[in-house]
Amino acid sequence: MELSHQLLQYLLSGLSTGAIYALIGIGFSIIYNATGIINFAQGEFVMLGGMMTLFLLEALHLPLWAAVPLAVCIVTLVGLGFERLAIRPLRNASPISLVIITIGGAILIRGLAMLIWDKDTHAIPPFSGDEPIMLAGATLLPQHLWILGITVVLISLNKWFFNHTISGKAMRACSYNPRAAGLVGVDVRRMVLLSFMISAAMGSLAGIIVAPLTMTAYDVGIMLGLKGFCAAIIGGMSSGLSTVIGGLILGVLESMGAGLISSGYKDAIAFIILLLILFIRPQGLFGKPESERV
Amino acid sequence: MKRELIKFMLFALCVLVAPLFFSGSYLMNVLVFVGIHTLLAVALNLLLGYAGQISLGHAAFFGLGAYGSGILTTTFSWNPWLAMVTVAVIVATMAFAIGFPILKLKGHYLAMATLGLGIIIFIVFNEWVDVTGGPSGFPGIPNLELGTLVFDSDLKNYYLVWSFVLGCVLLSVNLANSRIGRAFRAIHDAETAARVMGVNARLLKVQVFALSAMICAIAGSLYAHVMTFIAPPSFGFNISVELLTMVVIGGLGSIYGSFLGALLLTMLPEFLRFMHDYDIVFYGGLLMVMTIFMPGGLVRGIPELFRKLAGLKKGKGDAHA
Repeated sequence: MELSHQLLQYLLSGLSTGAIYALIGIGFSIIYNATGIINFAQGEFVMLGGMMTLFLLEALHLPLWAAVPLAVCIVTLVGLGFERLAIRPLRNASPISLVIITIGGAILIRGLAMLIWDKDTHAIPPFSGDEPIMLAGATLLPQHLWILGITVVLISLNKWFFNHTISGKAMRACSYNPRAAGLVGVDVRRMVLLSFMISAAMGSLAGIIVAPLTMTAYDVGIMLGLKGFCAAIIGGMSSGLSTVIGGLILGVLESMGAGLISSGYKDAIAFIILLLILFIRPQGLFGKPESERV
Repeated sequence: MKRELIKFMLFALCVLVAPLFFSGSYLMNVLVFVGIHTLLAVALNLLLGYAGQISLGHAAFFGLGAYGSGILTTTFSWNPWLAMVTVAVIVATMAFAIGFPILKLKGHYLAMATLGLGIIIFIVFNEWVDVTGGPSGFPGIPNLELGTLVFDSDLKNYYLVWSFVLGCVLLSVNLANSRIGRAFRAIHDAETAARVMGVNARLLKVQVFALSAMICAIAGSLYAHVMTFIAPPSFGFNISVELLTMVVIGGLGSIYGSFLGALLLTMLPEFLRFMHDYDIVFYGGLLMVMTIFMPGGLVRGIPELFRKLAGLKKGKGDAHA
């Protein structure tokens, strides 16, 4: 294969993994903006999406079109339960307690998934066959198109929700100033709950669409979650386009690095990018520096 | 100060006589690991509890110590004690250098940066197969020796590890009650105020980060010589999280709390072994329940629990009368 074909191949596969990181990253940002919490259990929602779909497909023999929405609904309920049981009782806790509680939640969810299912790696069948599509010398699987398509739809929906619905606007108000939002009649606690549900839904859908490509297991959530967080950091914790671009940059750089340098160090590349960005531009690639008030 | 000394003496006495009760049993081996975990938890507590800086990558320093000692003594046949000191100094220097950019960050960003650092180092342990042995591990590390005394049994290793723990606890307690310790607490409570009062917050944070990393590296060297075999999973992200858990469950900012946390979380899996795979669920659940109901950690939570129980009894008695 020529170098230009190779580069195109890395670019295409990088864009599709990047889209997944973007979806997970947006989940992080939504919760962060509504509550100021970094939800370390975000990756577990992603894992649950994939594993739950697999369970519905194989154990209950549901067709794919029914299994996917059902799995998303179930994981959304898990997100709701998580907020109710773990986050709400701790509203006034220190940030470190909140970090620990989400880590505890992540361990618990991961452990339960391991008990309910197993420790093996599973594959979900691709949504529409695995006949490769040739594109200017690079090969593309139909699943890649599914990933890109669903991501575009989800991000547009997300944008519409935050800009044009009353709940979305209320959530944005909460992220600017929860007290002021409460004073003008926004039910802040409901918005926090809603943020967990939306994040769980987006995360689970990301986990479902990526599972046919990368396989799924009870412990895939850790790495996917961390990468999603990288995307969110690159995008400056915004729940909009800059996190999407952050995810895509991360996916493409990682895929290029894995292809051209070493596949073993693929994950390290993502974190080196993260550290560089944190050191040089902690406000994200696109953000303006903030001055801190005391 | 006198109270601190009495506390320390009591602690040392307990450590000294514990083998009388457990000698020869399997628990002796577990207690060696409690010691190593106490070293790590105290190190992290210096950073988190006193200086208020979170780290989710401390297992990496532990790993650097272990691999450093393992490689120097086995591949290059260095004297183990010399290797331990060299590695500790190198790790401290590294931490000092990386501390400047990393500790500029705050809160979640700091957590993420230290986590990233930990994962990068973990990946290097796994991938640099020629030097570290990669995923299959690094075998054949010699035991430590002191003259003719070879530390090759659980009992000997117990005293070896716990003498380091006692040294480290004494150092930490003294540090916490010194001018530097007070400066740390000032940084923790209100960094800007501390800086206004003339505390060089940035330098102090980096210094405590380096000290903390150095203690972890020493713990790593001890671990390598006790186990004689090391592999990457002992130094991964999960271990960093476990250390954080020990510190928080024990009680932030309390040296003896870190010991309690390390004791509980090291013993617990041994007692939960009968639960097989359920232990991780229990562990996650415990972590959540403890954070919700005992936010101050064991060291503050237990006395409070007793007070509440006593209050409850008194209340009932009053009702009867």
